[in-house]
Amino acid sequence: MDSNGVGETATHIRQEIASLQKTKAQIEDRISALQARLSSCSSEDGNEETNSSAPRHTETTFSGQLSADMIYRYSRHLLLPSFGVEAQANLLKSSVLVIGAGGLGAPALLYLAACGVGRVGIVDHDVVELNNLHRQMTIKFGQLNTWTMYNSYGFATHTAKCLLQIIHTEAYIGRSKVESAAAACRAINSSVQIVEHKEAFRTSNALEIMRKYDIVVDATDNVPSRYMINDCCVVLGKPLISGAALGLEGQLTVYNYNGGPCYRCLFPTPPPTTACQRCADSGVLGVVPGIIGCLQALEAIKVASAVGEPLSGRMLLLDALSARIRVVKIRGRSLQCEACGENATLTEQKFRDFDYEKFTQSPLSTSPLKLDLLPAEARITSKDYNDRISNGETHVLVDVRPAHHYKIISLPKSLNIPFTSLEQRLSEIPAALAREKDNKTDDASRDASLYVICRRGNDSQRAVEYLHKMGFTSAKDIIGGLESWAHDVDPQFPTY
Amino acid sequence: MQLTLEFGGGLELLCNSVKIHQVNVDTQAEGMKLLTMKHLLSWVRTNLIKERPEMFMKGDTVRPGVLVLINDCDWELSGQLETVLEEKDVVVFISTLHGG
Ligand SMILES: [Zn+2]
Repeated sequence: MDSNGVGETATHIRQEIASLQKTKAQIEDRISALQARLSSCSSEDGNEETNSSAPRHTETTFSGQLSADMIYRYSRHLLLPSFGVEAQANLLKSSVLVIGAGGLGAPALLYLAACGVGRVGIVDHDVVELNNLHRQMTIKFGQLNTWTMYNSYGFATHTAKCLLQIIHTEAYIGRSKVESAAAACRAINSSVQIVEHKEAFRTSNALEIMRKYDIVVDATDNVPSRYMINDCCVVLGKPLISGAALGLEGQLTVYNYNGGPCYRCLFPTPPPTTACQRCADSGVLGVVPGIIGCLQALEAIKVASAVGEPLSGRMLLLDALSARIRVVKIRGRSLQCEACGENATLTEQKFRDFDYEKFTQSPLSTSPLKLDLLPAEARITSKDYNDRISNGETHVLVDVRPAHHYKIISLPKSLNIPFTSLEQRLSEIPAALAREKDNKTDDASRDASLYVICRRGNDSQRAVEYLHKMGFTSAKDIIGGLESWAHDVDPQFPTY
Repeated sequence: MQLTLEFGGGLELLCNSVKIHQVNVDTQAEGMKLLTMKHLLSWVRTNLIKERPEMFMKGDTVRPGVLVLINDCDWELSGQLETVLEEKDVVVFISTLHGG
């Protein structure tokens, strides 16, 4: 009775939280709808630059520049001799488009909204997710707490999720990242006009979206987007604040500014696809894109307010591990550049027709690679595998993920041989198979079967292909790897 | 000739995950009076790159997406492969990042 009582209370609390969150989402939807209506009213009044809600920027002004409300709100900026009223007024008149509301975009957006950029646009097609099995980027939310996870393997850990995208809160799981980011920006500074573009940035809509802004922040996570955004900026003559982060390193520069180089001046040829690691595969320490995103906001503010020397013709390199930041001098605008050079023929029409995915040989969306190397009989679903081991099948399970992945979580009794060392450690497999066979005295006639698993089911196929070649012809790959195990067999199994 | 070579942006993975290498390139043994970047690249490829050399070089130069900095300056500004190196130069090879 006692334990039931506890269970009931927890269930009730969960239900109440769920119901309150639903109500909260409905109220926020109504607020967004009303704000949209209000801003269309203001546009009709011929007042497009004013904001949708609360204190207006253009109300009573003193000394012709700033309203009383703005003087109070931005007083710290105004007190800076090298910034002052003029720079703040420039900022208030400017507009910045942030493409990507993830690890880089989130912190950039917060500071752009807070500092009083007149209009901030946000482009992203993604939704906020706690854990998404069908996409590559699964660590993509900002939960400002930690929790303890227990599962059926007795695995207990204090999991502090990476604060990769710090503005997205749990209440927004399942909703668009743009809505989530816009709500956070409005909460910080309701006097800034926030424009939501809940769509993927493509050649078909890029020109129309970007045209309405003065400055562009590239906070995307893939190569084709970087070329596409660069070219769009060149065509429309917009300065581009470009940031990137991976692992414990970050890079930052300003392209297409005041006669400086563009992205293609530096990188006329796209890198080989094998050189393009993504954060979801290689990992990233959340604070690193956080730092770079903040620096992107800083450069955008400098360009918008016409203060200081923007990072054009120079590149900032951050190595977080050794705590070193170096600023290096990069080449100027290239006369041979296909986008901005002397004989460049890039036009709006050419831009619309250009195939960036083909040019870079990689997809614009972050959907994971799905290999299909093996015949059906060399593969098994996680469900079927579970049925077989539940029936006591004698077997060896080889986990071919890197050792640091294996340390995060693994299936019980699996043998970790990372794919990259499979060749050297091949002899461990027949040894393990023989051991398993000896342990099962009841059915000594049957050989132990051999299964291979990895994170998503790509490396396991490569490994099985190799094992077949080396004579282990019965080796099978578990389709979809540990992600499918978590999805189809054990929802308690942690994914990362 | 004493040089400091640095690898970043993931290129360090090609040389046992070591980012900074203090090296001594014996120009006499290599049979040359001047050490150019072209020579240095092939020296690096032979002496430092432990795996997947195609991730570092393409033809006789670095692969697309790698920036080369000599004393914190883009090698485009000093003559790329023809740049002549001097004692104590710092050469950085960095792969451009795309993540966010
Ligand atoms: Zn260019």
